[in-house]
Amino acid sequence: MNKVENNKAWWLVLPVVLLVAFSAVVPLMTVVNYSVQDIFDVNTAYFVGAEWYREILQDPRLQDSLMRQFIFSFFVLLIEIPLGIAVALMMPTKGRGASLCLILLAIPLLIPLNVVGTIWQVFGRTDIGLFGWALTSIGVDYNYASNPIDAWFTVLLMDVWHWTSLVALLCYSGLRAIPDAYYQAASIDRASGWAIFRYIQLPKLQSVLVIGVLLRFMDSFMIYTEPFVLTGGGPGNSTTFLSQTLTQMAIGQFDVGPAAAFSLIYFLIVLLVSWLFFTTISHLDKAK
Amino acid sequence: MTARMKKPSVLGTYSTSKKSKIDTKTKKKIGISAYIFFVLLPIYWLLNMSFKSNEEILGGLTFWPSNFTFDNYAVIFTDPTWYMGYVNSMIYVSMNMIITLLVALPAAYAFSRYKFTGDKHLFFWLLTNRMAPPAVFLLPFFQLYSSVGLFDTHLAVALAHCLFSVPLAVWILEGFMSGVPREIDETAYIDGYSFHKFFVKIFLPMIGSGIGVTAFFSFMFSWVELLLARTLTSVEAKPIAAIMTRTVGASGIDWGVLAAAGVLTIIPGLLVIWFVRNHVAKGFALGRV
Repeated sequence: MNKVENNKAWWLVLPVVLLVAFSAVVPLMTVVNYSVQDIFDVNTAYFVGAEWYREILQDPRLQDSLMRQFIFSFFVLLIEIPLGIAVALMMPTKGRGASLCLILLAIPLLIPLNVVGTIWQVFGRTDIGLFGWALTSIGVDYNYASNPIDAWFTVLLMDVWHWTSLVALLCYSGLRAIPDAYYQAASIDRASGWAIFRYIQLPKLQSVLVIGVLLRFMDSFMIYTEPFVLTGGGPGNSTTFLSQTLTQMAIGQFDVGPAAAFSLIYFLIVLLVSWLFFTTISHLDKAK
Repeated sequence: MTARMKKPSVLGTYSTSKKSKIDTKTKKKIGISAYIFFVLLPIYWLLNMSFKSNEEILGGLTFWPSNFTFDNYAVIFTDPTWYMGYVNSMIYVSMNMIITLLVALPAAYAFSRYKFTGDKHLFFWLLTNRMAPPAVFLLPFFQLYSSVGLFDTHLAVALAHCLFSVPLAVWILEGFMSGVPREIDETAYIDGYSFHKFFVKIFLPMIGSGIGVTAFFSFMFSWVELLLARTLTSVEAKPIAAIMTRTVGASGIDWGVLAAAGVLTIIPGLLVIWFVRNHVAKGFALGRV
């Protein structure tokens, strides 16, 4: 669409700019401020330059939880994206069934995060939870509170349960936008189911999948409440992800300086990965 | 195009032989049913628990409450510290939805219709706010809202949640608005409509489903968020999700009440999804397909 050049449009964006400046720029500047100072009390603060950054980058706590965070987000994307596509392909296309599927699938998305944690905390317990009880009664030695592998498995399963619906609903709406004529053409050409998926559905899903991957990467990378409620980050530190390490540092120990430096590094990683993903996709698009 | 071409009802039913047609259809039905079963199973368990007494919950595994009881729900509905939590959450979620729509609608219109200095940078900068981990903003938000006297108010939480909802809202609405041809704007101006009148009377109804979907997403991200909501409140505006931690008492966890409170947090979401169910297909693509 050809847009009109008009700087008066700034008046229309002004409210958003002011609001976001208040709720994002001011706090972010505070963080920057903390990250370069050593603060004893309100009146005593020293400029320390990059010292906190140096300290935090060498901190094994940060390195470990960063590693865990990347592994977690990798598995989240690896499972949820294909599963979400599969669910979308299996959904009925019209009628009552379609509405019902949409509503049922959307339920996990609208449950408060700590309730999601609580649901799985109960569900996975071997004494009062159906899932934990079922696993133990078929002879699996399962206990998410003491075994790190079981804890990881439960946290991942919880995230899959919670967020695959988002990918599925995104893909479902992408699929609805494909005109019937495409399928009729494929049917005339006697295209196989796989060929229809590969050459008609998947290309049309690209734009929604980009949104899905970005949202899932960002949100899984910032995950806090659900694993905190489910495992408390344990056993040991095995399911302590970045946000939890940061919160421990900022609120628990009140190490404001290092925590602020950590915050900025954290934010930059999310920005950088999202930007890399986005530019790679756009370049691939241009190359076609 | 006439009636002789039977419209395909299910995707992927275009294989040539009739036999495999039925097979794929059944397979799909089984697949989707299995997935929905997986989605509903943990919720069933929560529901089941909420109608049991604590003795029954801890006594052994039962698939249906043997002594069906509403006691757990009664605890919540008779204690103001409990039910006010729901009221608080509802208040700040609604405030967030209203603020988000009020600021995002004009901005999205500007982005979809006009070129102006720094528009692309501004748009990208807005989206980067969606990428900020809430944990990063915990301490500065607490200080900022305390210093302006907003700590422990609904407005503080609503404003804090705008950090995520506004960028997403501008993005979604921009997609929907770009789908409306410019000619409509121009015709309205020629017909003598003022910008204000055109926007409210003609333009907004045209992107109705976009507004519904934006409200849905604002609701969703604000209703489920706890970290910021909990940090910015202490008594007056405390969200229900934070009050739930009260069930952990000296005598252990009150499982029944915890489950009942959990079930009650699912209901508002169900109502909202029911209202937008017909727009979901278009809406989840964020107006972009």
